[in-house]
Amino acid sequence: MRPAREHYREVVQRTPFHSRTAAANALNLWHRWRDYTVADAYVDVGLEYVALRNACAVFDLSPMTKHRISGPDAAAFVDRLVTRDLTRLRPGRVGYCVWCDDRGQVIDDGTLFRFADDEFRLCSQERQLDWLLRSSLGFDVAIREETAEVAALALQGPTSCAVLAALGLEGVAGLAPFAMRSFPFAGAELLVSRTGFTGDLGYELWIAPAHAEALWDALFAAGAAYGLKPMGTHALEMSRIEAGFIQAGVDFLPADHAVRTDRTRSPFELDLGWLVDLSKPNFTGRRALLEESRIGPRYRLVRLDVEGNKPARDAYVYDDKRNVIGAVTSSMWSPMAKASIALASVRQPWGRPGDELWAEIYYQKELKWNRFNARCRVVEGAFYQPPRRRATPPPPW
Amino acid sequence: MTEGPPVVVIGAGHNGLAAAAYLARAGRRVLVVEAQGHVGGAAVTREFAPRFRVSSVAHLTHLLDAEIVRELGLRRHGLEFARTRLRTVALAEQGEALVLDGNRIVAGAVPDADRAAYGPFIDRMRRFAAVLARQHHRVPPRLAWARWRDALPAAALGLDIRRLGRDDMREFLRVVTMAIYDVLEESFASPALKGALAVDAVLGTRLGSRSGNSVFSYLHRLGGGGPALPRGGVGSVCDALAAAARSAGAEIRLDSPVAAITVGGGGVAGVRLESGESIAAAAVVSSADPKTTLLRLLGARHLEAELAQRVHHLRSTGTAAKLHLALSGLPRFRGVAAGDAGERLVLAPSATYVDEAFNAAKYRRYSSQPIMEITVPTVHDGTLAPAGQHVLSAIVQFAPYDLAAGWDAARGRFQECVLELLERHAPGIRGQVLAAELLTPQDIERDFRISGGHWHHGELALDQALMLRPVPGAARYAMPVAGLYLCGAGCHPGGGVIGAAGRNAARVLLAGGSP
Ligand SMILES: Cc1cc2nc3c(=O)[nH]c(=O)nc-3n(C[C@H](O)[C@H](O)[C@H](O)COP(=O)(O)OP(=O)(O)OC[C@H]3O[C@@H](n4cnc5c(N)ncnc54)[C@H](O)[C@@H]3O)c2cc1C
Repeated sequence: MRPAREHYREVVQRTPFHSRTAAANALNLWHRWRDYTVADAYVDVGLEYVALRNACAVFDLSPMTKHRISGPDAAAFVDRLVTRDLTRLRPGRVGYCVWCDDRGQVIDDGTLFRFADDEFRLCSQERQLDWLLRSSLGFDVAIREETAEVAALALQGPTSCAVLAALGLEGVAGLAPFAMRSFPFAGAELLVSRTGFTGDLGYELWIAPAHAEALWDALFAAGAAYGLKPMGTHALEMSRIEAGFIQAGVDFLPADHAVRTDRTRSPFELDLGWLVDLSKPNFTGRRALLEESRIGPRYRLVRLDVEGNKPARDAYVYDDKRNVIGAVTSSMWSPMAKASIALASVRQPWGRPGDELWAEIYYQKELKWNRFNARCRVVEGAFYQPPRRRATPPPPW
Repeated sequence: MTEGPPVVVIGAGHNGLAAAAYLARAGRRVLVVEAQGHVGGAAVTREFAPRFRVSSVAHLTHLLDAEIVRELGLRRHGLEFARTRLRTVALAEQGEALVLDGNRIVAGAVPDADRAAYGPFIDRMRRFAAVLARQHHRVPPRLAWARWRDALPAAALGLDIRRLGRDDMREFLRVVTMAIYDVLEESFASPALKGALAVDAVLGTRLGSRSGNSVFSYLHRLGGGGPALPRGGVGSVCDALAAAARSAGAEIRLDSPVAAITVGGGGVAGVRLESGESIAAAAVVSSADPKTTLLRLLGARHLEAELAQRVHHLRSTGTAAKLHLALSGLPRFRGVAAGDAGERLVLAPSATYVDEAFNAAKYRRYSSQPIMEITVPTVHDGTLAPAGQHVLSAIVQFAPYDLAAGWDAARGRFQECVLELLERHAPGIRGQVLAAELLTPQDIERDFRISGGHWHHGELALDQALMLRPVPGAARYAMPVAGLYLCGAGCHPGGGVIGAAGRNAARVLLAGGSP
């Protein structure tokens, strides 16, 4: 390994799976995710997506920011950090959560792994070390970023459980959504959590970087019979929009990045009110959210079924009187829903289920721009939600 | 009187006592819990040597709220003044000392132009100070205005500034953020005059004369009735307040340090004493400083993260030490007329001297040439020392709380340095010393439980004033935890023996106010 002070020589790092992802990357298509380079696609986005929805696909998750939180006050600390009630998050469980600033505006969302009473891992899109440390005043906790110490893969899709079983992970089928368990793997410890960003049956695999390549190889050996393919960020992005999941920096602006105070969103405004427990005595943002629950949120996150087949990319959203009431933040043609779908942020009171909204769509045909107004239907819940996502054990393949 | 648990007031300093008195007069059951064995906090008279008593921390009242004196009948409860409107004498090693009396220069060699400019300068500064003093009774405005009512206090402040008239308003807005050094430089030539005025701008702060904001601090001090000596020392203000509170029905428990403010049921539940005893409270009103109250007694975990950080970063490193001398006779200061020894003596030969004294504090050293504010209260008040003998009380700056060398090691050297300086200005004084007490900011922190030993419980500067005091989001006495109130010098309008913070906090509590 390089001495730490040499880090700058390699401005963008390779993930522990790089030797394998590079070999698989027939398109040589990369982009930068934080400090790491990751594949956008390996062979063909469409094929990767089809593998994900019909067989399974693996995604290199290593650049995901991971923080380790431990110490006598760790549980009290995370409880004050996030908006939801964590008292029922037992060791061995994972919880999806959001955290806010004092104004009740979302800083980021992520998954919280509880290893023990006093030991957690927080995974997030954005770096949170500074916020975590600043939030730790008065708590006896140790917090560090462990992104580089953990290699991670997302194995997602209907055959993912079967692949893990073929890999020899005994009893993996018994893992319930948001549960995690460690398995011995080639002399190492492999942590498997039933989590993911695709809205499908799937798992995330966590292992020490030294064992990363062996894990990749073993997975592909076991997965050959189950249609396993490597998948890049493009296919993942498609699946997360179908699942209706939001992404920091895309569907909302992290509160600590915002200069303009009206650009941020509260959990209520991101359809995450179910994650807010105002009966908790204290958490950061509580007072503002209490007030917001009294006076009502300013915005609403809506999932739109857009007429036609053109993605409503960056489209303005109008009410039925041609007033601009918001904008699309994520959009795509969904092969599973067979519809043009979008996530949008609109001003209250618009966007109630059943409301008729309009998206102004621009698209190009052979360098000629066209424009039309597409009628949108507000959809409740995810655009794609297979029952296998929740079933334990998952249906056999 | 209402049934049920009492309102618990933490601390029997003057602000805690004022809050207790107002709450009790409004019919609330009030219990004051004080860590020390006596009332007073930093406004206290203590015996520091057998039969010699002194105002241990605050030694002059400039700002004491006349309305509170009247409303609570403090004179009836024993408050008397041995002297009001003390003159200011600027000590000089050579020649006749400069003597300032109100808006007049009554003695000392200064250029005629300075003499002529002094009156208008002071009058104008007093008008500016009056604008700030008018805010003392107002609860600072909310920063994010949710209702039109929230904007009223801000509008009132704006109106007060506007009422100064065009020229004064412009000048006020120009100078309020400035360094006193520059403002004095514009107005005067005499180093002695500028030195004496600069002292008023930096006393009790971690500012030099060339620091921005020092004019604001100057105006804060100028906002009262001028320096005065309560008979029996400054502690008698608190004795009168305690009598007023008790006569209104408040109970005061001494030797009862609070270990924690307890929470439950969505707000404060009460307090737990260091003895282990728990006391349920309808509300808790704390005159302990903001860091003590919010981070140590309540605990950061009961605040939201950003607010906790703001409290943590509140600047509250004290720089003022107190020196007390028991003297066998009246000291004779060079250049000071015999009749003036009991006036307020300041030692700062120039505004540059003040800034150089401050330099040391920046680098966590003490000034070897400190500035001083000296009183010999026994000239006016026979209750403090045996007949014919005297007490000297001096505020000595800069003696930073966070001294790099550590106060245990440096205490002796510092005291020697100060005595040397005094000897130069009052030859023979060292021979008169019967006993001496030096209180560094660390001693003040320990004895009086004030974080950093800071005069104002937290630096008083524009970024920590009004709606930003002690920190944004907690500037309206009611804290974000339901039922918890701050009422000490850390709140608007700040430190000094005023009482307005205690009075305002009581008013907010009675009105069911929110942060
Ligand atoms: C060196 C120095 C010189 C000064 N000189 C002057 C001056 O000449 N003139 C002037 O006007 N001002 C002066 N001041 C400022 C003035 O003394 C203070 O601003 C003022 O006394 C503060 O009053 P308070 O009631 O807000 O707080 P305090 O007087 O500090 O009272 C707080 C009380 O709370 C108690 N307390 C704290 N923690 C606990 C606990 N856990 N449990 C129970 N009780 C607790 C303390 O014991 C104390 O009695 C000076 C300050 C210093 C440091």
